[in-house]
Amino acid sequence: MNFPGLPLLLQSIVSGILMGGVYSLVAIGLTLIFGVMQIINFAHGSLMMLGMFTTYWLYVLMGVDPYLSLLFSIPICFVLGLLIERFLITPVLDAPAHNQLLLTLGLSLFIENLALFLWSPNFRTLDIPYLQTAVTVGTVMISFPKLVAFFFALLLTAFLYYFLKNTDLGKAIRAASMEREGALTVGINLRWVYCLAFGIGTACVGAAGTLSAPFFYVNPSVGGIFVITAYVVVVFGGMGNFIGALVGGLIIGVAESVGAAFFPGQLKKFIIYFIFILILLFKPEGIFGRRSE
Amino acid sequence: MLSIKDLDVHYDDVQVLHGVTMEVRATEIVTIVGANGAGKTTLLKTITSIHRSSKGQIWFEGERIDHLSPHHIVDRGLIRIPEGRKIFPTMSVLENLELGSYLPKAKALRSESMGKVFDLFPRLRERTRQLAGTLSGGEQQMLAIGRGLMTLPRLLMLDEPSLGIAPLLVREIFRTIREVNHQGTTLLLVEQNVFNALDMAHRGYVLENGKIVLQGEAHDLLGNEYIKESYLGI
Ligand SMILES: Nc1ncnc2c1ncn2[C@@H]1O[C@H](COP(=O)(O)OP(=O)(O)O)[C@@H](O)[C@H]1O
Ligand SMILES: [Mg+2]
Repeated sequence: MNFPGLPLLLQSIVSGILMGGVYSLVAIGLTLIFGVMQIINFAHGSLMMLGMFTTYWLYVLMGVDPYLSLLFSIPICFVLGLLIERFLITPVLDAPAHNQLLLTLGLSLFIENLALFLWSPNFRTLDIPYLQTAVTVGTVMISFPKLVAFFFALLLTAFLYYFLKNTDLGKAIRAASMEREGALTVGINLRWVYCLAFGIGTACVGAAGTLSAPFFYVNPSVGGIFVITAYVVVVFGGMGNFIGALVGGLIIGVAESVGAAFFPGQLKKFIIYFIFILILLFKPEGIFGRRSE
Repeated sequence: MLSIKDLDVHYDDVQVLHGVTMEVRATEIVTIVGANGAGKTTLLKTITSIHRSSKGQIWFEGERIDHLSPHHIVDRGLIRIPEGRKIFPTMSVLENLELGSYLPKAKALRSESMGKVFDLFPRLRERTRQLAGTLSGGEQQMLAIGRGLMTLPRLLMLDEPSLGIAPLLVREIFRTIREVNHQGTTLLLVEQNVFNALDMAHRGYVLENGKIVLQGEAHDLLGNEYIKESYLGI
């Protein structure tokens, strides 16, 4: 164990918050799907990877700026989510939870292996000069792509929050997650709401993929790295709880990055798994409770 | 208006409804009474397609509806106020009512319907911003009925609206239900509160272990010896 000095600690906190924004977005996608459908989507990570590759190939093949590719990765992932829900999840909606779990796990293996076949396991990075820049504030260095990712992640989250809170369709999604039978009695088409929730959840993680590609590597198994942390966030913030996922993402981001300053190398994720186990043991409903708002 | 023919319903292998045949005519109040577990809720869930029948037919306004999706049934004006209310607890009273007018036809008349609901239940008007889950049981029932009215029902089916509610509020709720009927909405009222239900209804059916064992004019049923003995404890 190391004892980092103040500058390193400050640096860790800032980096953690920035990464936390991305974790929040990934976790919000996951928690939305869980809140509405009571399904834990184990394919979330591979869907994120598809978002990253969308951005990567759009840049490499057509020179599309990575941030501009949000305009593609979001709708592509949204439609992909709709189709997955309609053709793979709908048939197992009434099946026991372990069947659903195996299905999403199988889907994840399928997507990753397809990606391995198509794109090889090579680690790829976006080599664009402006992505290598950083802003320095005092002793703290802020990487430009992480700052942009954080900003867009919060913007998309705010947009989604507004949609869920203020539109009829958004309210229908929340209604279905609170009280299925009540939703049916007012004429909400649950099938469509499930499709939509899965589509939105996938669009969130796809966007997170696009936002991460500029500062991370891209390869077929990369999604798992983010999504495992997002599971911790979802459990921490309360399964199905939107605000919990948002705040939880930032807290877990900081915990991870400060943890890494104390426990270097292989142990760097030690802190967040430790938090994960503590929460499961002592506060399984999460810090913010299950789907409050 | 609503006509059910020879309906059988199962949960997996267990048969819960046996050859149920019944009818509701326009502008009537019809009640289905029966003990806990008789199959009343199952019947209403089957009518609204939340649960599927294994045999029989359901007709509404000249159209067979037992193959439709739940939201299409709501769109036709066949509305159920579920047992246990099933309101949206962490939404405000106002949002709950708004969601009642979720479908396009109802949405077009949202503010007008809302005015009518508030006239029927002035308590709701005072509490529009309150979270629905923090209302008392009786107020939640009013909200559930109000939300149902927002969907523009042609036939409103109420599943045990008096369950778990203070007697004073039960009287208020029954008075309002009658008022809704006077304003032109047909009602199907499911109750264990046999006396109140028969007192208010035009006609009634008695459901026992998933079978209709008695039916007739509500007034006659109130005087029926079997009902007096088994349900009214007289
Ligand atoms: N989801 C379900 N799965 C299995 N059995 C059920 C289910 N719901 C109700 N039942 C059974 O069906 C019968 C009728 O229940 P219900 O329709 O709720 O009666 P009631 O509304 O008259 O009290 C009961 O024996 C009950 O145990
Ligand atoms: Mg019942």
